[in-house]
Amino acid sequence: MQGAAPVISIQNVTKTYQMGHVRVNALQGVSLAVERGEMLAVMGPSGSGKSTMMNIIGCLDVPTSGRYFLEGEDVREMNDNQLASIRQGKIGFVFQTYNLLQRATALANVEMPLMYGNGRNRRARALEALERVGLGHRARHMPAELSGGEQQRVGIARALVKEPSILLADEPTGNLDTRSSDEILAVIQDLNRNEGLTIVLVTHETDIAQHTRRVVSFRDGLVVDDAPVAQPLLAGQHA
Amino acid sequence: MSPMTTFLTALAALNSNKLRSGLTLLGIIIGVTAVIALTAIGNGAQETITARIQSLGTNLLFVRPGATTSAFGFAGAAGSAATLTLEDSEALMDPVLASHVVAVAPETSTRQQVVFERENTNTTVLGVTPSYLPVRAYELADGRSITEEDIARRSQVAVLASETAEELFGLRHPVGHTIKIGGRPFEVVGLLEPKGGTGFGNQDDRILVPVSTAYYRLGAQRTPGGEITVQNINVQIASEDVSEAATDQISGILRLRHRITDEDDFTVTSQVETIETLEETTQTFVIFLGAIASIALLVGGIGIMNIMLVSVTERTREIGIRKAMGAKRRDILLQFLVEAVLLSLTGGIIGVGLGYGFTYFFDDVELGGQALNMVFSGDIAILATAVSGAIGLFFGIYPAMQAARLHPIEALRHE
Repeated sequence: MQGAAPVISIQNVTKTYQMGHVRVNALQGVSLAVERGEMLAVMGPSGSGKSTMMNIIGCLDVPTSGRYFLEGEDVREMNDNQLASIRQGKIGFVFQTYNLLQRATALANVEMPLMYGNGRNRRARALEALERVGLGHRARHMPAELSGGEQQRVGIARALVKEPSILLADEPTGNLDTRSSDEILAVIQDLNRNEGLTIVLVTHETDIAQHTRRVVSFRDGLVVDDAPVAQPLLAGQHA
Repeated sequence: MSPMTTFLTALAALNSNKLRSGLTLLGIIIGVTAVIALTAIGNGAQETITARIQSLGTNLLFVRPGATTSAFGFAGAAGSAATLTLEDSEALMDPVLASHVVAVAPETSTRQQVVFERENTNTTVLGVTPSYLPVRAYELADGRSITEEDIARRSQVAVLASETAEELFGLRHPVGHTIKIGGRPFEVVGLLEPKGGTGFGNQDDRILVPVSTAYYRLGAQRTPGGEITVQNINVQIASEDVSEAATDQISGILRLRHRITDEDDFTVTSQVETIETLEETTQTFVIFLGAIASIALLVGGIGIMNIMLVSVTERTREIGIRKAMGAKRRDILLQFLVEAVLLSLTGGIIGVGLGYGFTYFFDDVELGGQALNMVFSGDIAILATAVSGAIGLFFGIYPAMQAARLHPIEALRHE
């Protein structure tokens, strides 16, 4: 149906916040298209608007003006409930701080998003997602019993479990050492290359961005650069 | 989110902080237990009082002097109303004008100091006729009753009720001994079987003497015409059903005798009326107790709200995560609401159980010389459980709405 249409189509989007008496123009007219199967990095310093962009792409927030089509659906027209449904069905979030529920097992964490849909075989699907990130054997562990890299893999499994249209990773390696960081990048790259998952990765490390195929740079609420990566690095080589 | 999943999620959340859930539960448990136990005490008191009055017999009417409406209106004795006489009571035994009257038992009443050897007590001394025992349904345990001969001779004889006898004689047999009533010697000729019950309206603490003796020897009141006045005429009627007709007959005779044209100088009350009046009074008492206990329940409810608000603040990040993963407002609202209701309902059910146990173990326990009568009420138990559930709903809705309203981005940023 949508075949050739881009997964993400953002047209001249602005976002204005009212912070006390100050109006903050976080986004001042951004256009961006992401095709199915792409893997791109969003870069920029703090306050450049990249987080706002991520929130809008992730349907956690709606633009002040402009249009955002996710798989052809106009998000700007949606109410809270519809946005929640989009998040439930189409978007997989991976956070810098993992954001796992500390009082639930790895398996329960991965299973959680499925509870808000009408999915069947939740447990089996959650276990399968954990196996995809190589953590099937740690399903019964609590987050506190896992290393940072393992926790982030649980986070990725949780994002994957509902078969999303896009994976949004916000500084997924920001809290990890180099080795774990490389592992996580390898998992993400694998999902993109072998499973064709569309991935948007926010980072402010050029090194990390070089693992993607396209880098979009933000500054002062505008896209200042949008270029393909000539020679994407491959993670997991020096392991 | 399916109802089952919501329920399990809420259960898991409560389970993850057992101490806090337990303490919150305690508030509701105490409230519901108090409601159950206190209403059981109230209902028990009501039952006791009603049973005691019914033991007098429901086919009794009381004719008392004065226009008092008080159920136990001896207020007439306070001076003015010495309007009923022994002749009035005899007149009520008219087979034609008072066809519904079966028996009549007049009584005079004074309080006297009574002495036997070193024991002494202050008690009610009733001047009665032989019909008093059958009319008031007393049984003799020993000896004989007051006879017509005693009345004719103004004999100084007495029949003791069980408690009075115990007070004066302990374990000894009183019949045959001589006691002093108001300084005069009286021979104890009879002993009554106990009627049961203590305190209020005690029927086992009294002494019966011939009505003429009471009048001539113990200084009972007399009318200006020198007739014997009585404080109460017990009238036994054929059955409870004719109580109104009998009241009319009695009133008719007395109005004629007293030449009354406007306001009656006597009052006829029936046992049924007395019971109704007292039941109203005790019902108020039960409601009052229930209301006090409900305050405890309310405080428990506020405890739930408090803990839910803390919980929402603490779990802001969790709410953010859940929302990012696709939870709708309704999902979050329900999760917290179900937690609150689960807490309060569990507390309610445990409270009912404890209240029942309390009722079970404390029923018939002696407390300050009185057996505590407790009556567990199933209606109250169901009501208390329902109310505790409703309290969870009421006090849970605000915190749950706070949670549901959180913006996912801000909730995720929350530390």
